[in-house]
Amino acid sequence: MIREIARQFRFTNKAFWRNPASAFFTFIFPLLFLVIFTALLGNSTTTLPGTTVSIKTSTYYVFSMAAFGLISACYTNIAISVVFAREGGILKRLRGTPLPARSYLTARVAHATFVGFLLVAITVVFGRLVYGARIPGATDSLLFILTLLVGAGCFAAIGLAVSGIVPNEDAGPPIVNAIILPLLFLSGIFIASDNPPGWVNFIGRVFPVKHLVDAMRASYLGVPFHWSDILVMAIWLVGAVVVAARTFRWEPAR
Amino acid sequence: MAAERVIEIEGLRKSYGDFEAVGGINVHVDRGEVFALLGPNGAGKTTTTEILEGYRQRTAGTVSVLGHDPARGEHALKQRIGIVLQSTGVDPFLTVRETVEMYGGYYPSPRPADEVIDVVGLSEKRDERVRRLSGGQQRRLDVAIALAGDPELLFLDEPTTGFDPSARRNAWEMVKNLVALGKTVWLTTHFMDEAQYLADRVAVIANGVIVAEGPPSSLAGRDQMQTTIRFGAAAGAPTPPELGQVADGKGALRLSTNQPTKVVHDLTGWALDNGVDLEVFEVSRPSLEDVYLELTGGEEGTA
Repeated sequence: MIREIARQFRFTNKAFWRNPASAFFTFIFPLLFLVIFTALLGNSTTTLPGTTVSIKTSTYYVFSMAAFGLISACYTNIAISVVFAREGGILKRLRGTPLPARSYLTARVAHATFVGFLLVAITVVFGRLVYGARIPGATDSLLFILTLLVGAGCFAAIGLAVSGIVPNEDAGPPIVNAIILPLLFLSGIFIASDNPPGWVNFIGRVFPVKHLVDAMRASYLGVPFHWSDILVMAIWLVGAVVVAARTFRWEPAR
Repeated sequence: MAAERVIEIEGLRKSYGDFEAVGGINVHVDRGEVFALLGPNGAGKTTTTEILEGYRQRTAGTVSVLGHDPARGEHALKQRIGIVLQSTGVDPFLTVRETVEMYGGYYPSPRPADEVIDVVGLSEKRDERVRRLSGGQQRRLDVAIALAGDPELLFLDEPTTGFDPSARRNAWEMVKNLVALGKTVWLTTHFMDEAQYLADRVAVIANGVIVAEGPPSSLAGRDQMQTTIRFGAAAGAPTPPELGQVADGKGALRLSTNQPTKVVHDLTGWALDNGVDLEVFEVSRPSLEDVYLELTGGEEGTA
């Protein structure tokens, strides 16, 4: 089983890097946005929402973009590529082989998680080298990794669930982005708002995006960590798996 | 030794709501046979095939493939069959060899990837990425993938649809190679010549029921049907012997007979004796296509 997954992971990985579009969009966007936002909003300082800790704006965006990268790799990429594989008949063909569905899906999610981790690492290192994003406290590495793992699982599961409601290949990118983009804005990923209206705060509390970026920032910067962030993502993970089990399809719509 | 039943279908039915796609068919396939299910589009070929492959659940009847019920989706069955679906895809960014290796790895005892690639005639393209293959080459790759796990039984659902004539010829040779390897082949097609060339046995399906079954040479009593002989001599020639001929309305004479050898002999003997040059002389047996068109109501344009 483990060998089967590892083998599938290797082939998935090989194909991923050879696809210029997916590799480019997944990797370039977070870094590009980081550069744009820090250029626009300056290298001033800002107070971490909910704390008295003062950090540079670039540091704030490093984690926003790292979270964005993780979400792109896990949610966006999985949802779009699974729809592509389904509509192209790849999933149907696999269904006729002895490869168990769980091995295939585990390998896919594991690969998305791997790409997500790589993106987080690149963004953090880039932020540190280019903007000198400074860390005020001590990083809790274990908590940080736990946050990334739960976040990756949560968004990958949502990606699988969403793939099931996308009717065909052409509808993939618009539907997948229409779901995530408003959430990214409302969760303070792109624009940090000091005093958002109540309904925006509510959205941030209900959906997992803000919880991911808050938990990443807190564990990495060593400021008070809220386990409720992990809990909300875990609930979404379980809920998405339940939905995915019902909506997931192996055959093209035709 | 009694032939081993590889596929056994009894009273198979499949309905989609009020529409009955397969209306109670009985078919069996023995080990080492090439069996062709022949029929027009929408006759129930793919539905039947996908029930055997485990993709569809049947409405009624019993189905056994290598001793398993395919509806259960058992691992043990999937390890022993190879499937070429009517339309499927593969990852466009892997090479031919990587693709065959990847799929072969899902099976307990795969054939070496290079060997499989040679069998389907893709040796030149083994390091090419899948996206750069032509349509015909991708179809060969489909077959290579189905062969990668060294299956006993191979399902080929319309393997040559969309091929140009020379690509079809190549594909046929490829299937002949499979037979030489001892595989049992379940083939669906709407091409007569394909069934005739490849199959040991053919069943014709129309509107979900089997209307004829047998070897292509004697399908639906084709071997017992009368031979048609058409002939004509230049104007002013002596009257030919009375063999039951009638004018065919195109200036020649036509007759049907159960004794073509004798009639041809009589006719050519008469022509030689009288110094008559037969300007028109055709001997034709009903083709598989004639039989097929008759059986399926002649509604198929692609035949």
